[in-house]
Amino acid sequence: MTAPTWATAPPAASTSPAPAPSLTGAGPAVTTLSMVAALRQALADSLRHDPKVLVMGEDVGRLGGVFRVTDGLWSEFGERRVMDSPLAEAGIVGTAIGLALRGFRPVVEIQFDGFVFPAFDQIVSQLAKLHSRSGGRSQMPVTVRIPYGGGIGAIEHHSESPEALFAHVAGLRVVSPATPGDAYAMLRQAIACPDPVIFLEPKARYWDTDEVTIGPDLQVEQFDRARIVRPGSLVTLATYGPGLAPSLKAADALAAQGRDVEVIDLRSMSPLDVDTVASSVDRTGRLVVVHEAPVFGGIGGELAAAVMERCFYRLEAPVARVGGYHMPYPPARVEHEYLPTAGRVIHAVEGVLSY
Amino acid sequence: MSLGDHVPTLQVLDPGGQRTDAGALPGELRHLRTLTPAHLIAMYRIMVRTRAVDAEATALQRRGELGLWASCLGQEAAQVGSAHALAPADYAFPSYREHGVVLARGIDPAAIVRLFRGVDHGGWDAAAHRCHTYTLVVGGHVLHAVGYAMGAVLTGRDGTGAPTDEAVLVYLGDGAMAQGHVAEALVFAASYQAPVVFFVQNNGWAISTPTRAHARAPFARRGEGFAIPGRRVDGNDALACFAATAAALADARAGRGPAIVEAVTYRMAPHTTADDPTRYRDAAEERRWATRDPVARLEKHLRGIGAVDDSSAAQIGAEAAEVAIRMRDACLALGPPQMEDLFARVYATEHQQVSAESAAWASRRVSHGAR
Repeated sequence: MTAPTWATAPPAASTSPAPAPSLTGAGPAVTTLSMVAALRQALADSLRHDPKVLVMGEDVGRLGGVFRVTDGLWSEFGERRVMDSPLAEAGIVGTAIGLALRGFRPVVEIQFDGFVFPAFDQIVSQLAKLHSRSGGRSQMPVTVRIPYGGGIGAIEHHSESPEALFAHVAGLRVVSPATPGDAYAMLRQAIACPDPVIFLEPKARYWDTDEVTIGPDLQVEQFDRARIVRPGSLVTLATYGPGLAPSLKAADALAAQGRDVEVIDLRSMSPLDVDTVASSVDRTGRLVVVHEAPVFGGIGGELAAAVMERCFYRLEAPVARVGGYHMPYPPARVEHEYLPTAGRVIHAVEGVLSY
Repeated sequence: MSLGDHVPTLQVLDPGGQRTDAGALPGELRHLRTLTPAHLIAMYRIMVRTRAVDAEATALQRRGELGLWASCLGQEAAQVGSAHALAPADYAFPSYREHGVVLARGIDPAAIVRLFRGVDHGGWDAAAHRCHTYTLVVGGHVLHAVGYAMGAVLTGRDGTGAPTDEAVLVYLGDGAMAQGHVAEALVFAASYQAPVVFFVQNNGWAISTPTRAHARAPFARRGEGFAIPGRRVDGNDALACFAATAAALADARAGRGPAIVEAVTYRMAPHTTADDPTRYRDAAEERRWATRDPVARLEKHLRGIGAVDDSSAAQIGAEAAEVAIRMRDACLALGPPQMEDLFARVYATEHQQVSAESAAWASRRVSHGAR
């Protein structure tokens, strides 16, 4: 590890691609970006907007992160704001907590989903609890970005979906964008949020491109509110992050058969926007929950219970869940068997329609 | 192969309270010269107060008024001596036994027992006192201290020579030195040259595990591989603890990076009130350490230099007893926390599930009364 030389001036411009244009002073603009570029733009705009924002993590500086999400930030903002960390996840989150205690807003990058667990204690026992422990005096505006989920042919520990583990911890917010537009808006809001946010980035969707509304202000929908992506009347399909693409694909296929499915992007797992889902199920009477994480003990079970409590007399069928199995994430050659493909989603929709 | 236990140990006062300055380095001597008799009396007063509060809290636990108490008996010199080296702008991160540090930071002792009485998980306004609340996960706070110190570098509050320069003093024990998070804290502190001093109270026992069972070399040498200098001091000598800590903090403030101070002391009491040390250590060992009592040592010194006599010592003792009684009375008046407050402080922002559960709790309370 090269010791950071904090005493020096910001480094000279690297050969990295130029970052997206600065928006300081400009109004909202619509541009087409990949999810990676949208996340980078959100980081850059947050760094510009608030001098207390810091980016920390392994290889986030000169390299620009293993997925290049932070590409160009180090040369633009310098090593005091975009800090390469030692290879120690507990250390990254633990020092981010100390920085937050003195008013910084650290955005830490965990390189891959399976590498967050060395930091799990700091996240669960410290980050999540300090606001409460301090009697509400201290805030913990720390964003923990984690590329997560499978479908990219990766080796062990690089395809996991740990969201339920974090959603179970009071004090954490857990969110996952499914589109480039949400990636930008939700990351801006996560960084601005005074609470700690586990920000799960569906890495299989990193290179999807879409229109993204960017701007210096944060006039966007609340990032913990679910969004009806595709209105429908027969069945409610609730999903988030990497589950949205196969769900929409399934909805398209079902629409071709004349079956009109409503697709909801939950966006947030904690809090969980039960209100939006319940009002949808009040109309459709049927719910299928889709996520990559194992079904057992997962967000789908929580949503099923909550909808059962709220929509008991409106339900026409048991809630169905589509997701991973209760096994370690499988070797990549069979990950298609484990993932919630459009085919599995269609099968589940047909199941709830058979009642 | 033994790495040996041979590191120089700073001792300023011998157990008889005589000034020896054995092994003192020039920087440490410089800090010792800043101490007036009034400083020494102030230090002594907080040590006596710490002991009185500690004894009262142990008694409160025995009477069922506290769920637990972690006594600092025997560690008063290590805690108060080192804390005396803190400048007002410095920040302390205690573990959970540093009652002497907390008192030295001017925090009401009644705030400490909130946690142990089960009415709070914290207890005081950390930022206002520049003293973090207790952390019960052993070693969990050490990274926070390093991060806080990294922030001093980022905000230009070290190495400038201005009075705004600050340092962080983090307290940990021999047991915590086995924690991975502490190893990572040393890595980060060294990498970023953070102005942080790791004050290791080696009190001989990690509950029932003796130091020698998990540390084959002195903690003062633990920093060598991290390029963090270390210093071992007699932890029952308040002046040695002050001098080494003051020198290390001054270096940190001046931008010369982190340091470790190992204070060799002894936990005279059980690990907590739930512990039974007769199951793992000899009474003879406890008797041996009782002859090295840190409060008695400073008192002997103060009497020797004429700063304290029978009358003033009695007065300081009486003041400490009053503080302990006030703490007891305040403790007994501490009622349970309000559930509304606990719901309100899970998040700083609205959370759909917390709101729903809070409303459900309140509605049940209205319909069924407070049961």
